[in-house]
Amino acid sequence: MAHAETVAASSETGQRVEYELQLYYWMKLIRAFEERVSRLHRQNKILGGVYSGAGQEAVVTGVCAPLRPGDFVAPLHRDLGVFLVRGVDPGRLMAQLMGKETGLSRGKDSFLHGGDLEHHVFGSTSMLGSSLPVAAGAALKFQIKKEAQVAVGFFGEGASSRGDVHEAMNFAGVRKLPVVFVCENNRYAYSTPLDKQMAIENVAERAAAYGFKGHVVSGNDLLAVVQLAEKVIRRVREGGGPELIECKTYRYRGHSEHDAALYRDKEELLEWQSRDPIPRYEFYLEKKGHDVKRIREEIDERTRAVLQQAVEFAEQSPMPAPEEALEDLYAPAPMNSARDGRA
Amino acid sequence: MEATYLAAINQALHEEMRRDENVIVMGEDVAELGGAFKVTDGLLAAFGEDRVIDTPISEALIVGAGAGAAILGMRPVVEMQFGDFISCAFDQIVNTAATLRYRHGGRAACPLVIRAPSGAGIHGALFHSQNPEAWFTRVPGLKVVAPATAYDAKGLLKSAIRDGNPVVYFEHKRLYRSIKENLPDAEFTVPIGPAEVRRPGRDLSLITYGGTLHQCLDAAGIVAREDGLSIEVLDLRTLLPLDREAILGTARKTGKILIVHEDRLTGGIGGEVAAIIAEHAFDSLDGPIRRVAALDTHTAYSPPLEEFILPNANKIVAAIRGLAAY
Repeated sequence: MAHAETVAASSETGQRVEYELQLYYWMKLIRAFEERVSRLHRQNKILGGVYSGAGQEAVVTGVCAPLRPGDFVAPLHRDLGVFLVRGVDPGRLMAQLMGKETGLSRGKDSFLHGGDLEHHVFGSTSMLGSSLPVAAGAALKFQIKKEAQVAVGFFGEGASSRGDVHEAMNFAGVRKLPVVFVCENNRYAYSTPLDKQMAIENVAERAAAYGFKGHVVSGNDLLAVVQLAEKVIRRVREGGGPELIECKTYRYRGHSEHDAALYRDKEELLEWQSRDPIPRYEFYLEKKGHDVKRIREEIDERTRAVLQQAVEFAEQSPMPAPEEALEDLYAPAPMNSARDGRA
Repeated sequence: MEATYLAAINQALHEEMRRDENVIVMGEDVAELGGAFKVTDGLLAAFGEDRVIDTPISEALIVGAGAGAAILGMRPVVEMQFGDFISCAFDQIVNTAATLRYRHGGRAACPLVIRAPSGAGIHGALFHSQNPEAWFTRVPGLKVVAPATAYDAKGLLKSAIRDGNPVVYFEHKRLYRSIKENLPDAEFTVPIGPAEVRRPGRDLSLITYGGTLHQCLDAAGIVAREDGLSIEVLDLRTLLPLDREAILGTARKTGKILIVHEDRLTGGIGGEVAAIIAEHAFDSLDGPIRRVAALDTHTAYSPPLEEFILPNANKIVAAIRGLAAY
């Protein structure tokens, strides 16, 4: 991350080029990771729910790339990519999915509920939208302490129907909190299509009601996402108050691996796959004069190695001991040692 | 210096905010107004609007944002204007805050205090009288306290603020201005966990907490005078975790147990206390474990209804006599 941040802040062309290639690497790594996770799930090596973000890689990559260390991110349940872009070790992430001792939650919770606060990534619950109040609270801390950090709260268009989302956005608007709300609009809340979820066209329109800007961008266009996110994050960091980015995108797989998504039209899936963010970005790199075929081969080899290492690490990691189910419930209360004056 | 229960809470907030600049107070009407009950009075003037924050009517946000600030090192004290409204924040408390450390593999802490003015007996009717503590006492990751004296109100709040975990702090509205005591000038805290024997006795134990402690003490006085009974009164003070040693200690001492709480009978904490005693001190019992609690209905408004529903000293006296004669 430190690398990407330095590069993002620089105007030097060489560094910008390097940054743009790094974005490509992240998208490719996320896609490869997602595909491997789906396969491991079929092989019963990952037992719990798996919520694939395949197809939505440009959103998490484009939004997280311009962030700085110390910025707070609350991802949604299919944002595996957030963890990778923020620098969480892929081995620990894989171990998390396999319920291993070395995973983020040490086997306590499945998939992405185990956050990594060392990397300022919050583990969301399954109550969708409930992490937006948390993101607002993180932003409140930055504001109170006058820290030049931002919080990012991801949510789906499905979660936008929940009261928590309204409460968080309203409060953020009132306090002008340094928080960026990012809606990943993938058109389906599990099986329920957009037109049964909301009566307006864009989630972003709601931002006006909270007194801040809302933007709509193609979530399958990495370049568009990253350019918008860079601008928005800069303004929010400088104290301009919250903003909302709505990324129109599509998930390739079902809500979870158990869901064959038969409620969707095959034609619709095909249409969105034809707008896949990866070849689209490759087209851009090619037009900028890169030898994309060579870069792709190099990166494929790199991601294969990273994944092999991650899977090996996870598979070789021990399972937690049964009694550990009772650990990690309470933090020590070290400042609570004073005795009752009358005891 | 003499302080009411309400003033004791206010003092704790002032002292902790002075001691630790990471302590912030957040909730509906807590800043300008100083709280619906004036519990947070004077904080805005003393600590400014960055640390004493009026929020919109958004209980889920209040707790969720508190959790977000807490995991980054702040120590928020958030207020539910009435404990009844805590149901609007239920998910943020039991799912976001209570599981936070667990699902982060022990590598996160959520030092958050949720203050909830609770309790009946003030003609508050269905939505301003509730005692929702038992919704939370079966949630691992939380601590739950319910002080019954001004001393404990101050000392337990200070401990809650310094604790590394989410603490739900139930303060009884009827006690706000109805009780007062001399508090030490010197700094003190009351640890979360230990119960306290408020009145030692031999014949029968009352186990209680919160608003009904005072009714129990009154009842114990009445039966001492009129029946010559020696009643022990144990104040639980902390409801999660329960002080099992103190509960079993008083059960083994007197052999007769009457559990009293203002929360409803069914599913109330009394059931858990009774189970602990039945499992571990059965041999010491000289009679059935009995309970006096609010009737299994909603806390109705009209005075005859409210009085019929809630425990009071007379009902406790009658129950003591029945059990003592067993």
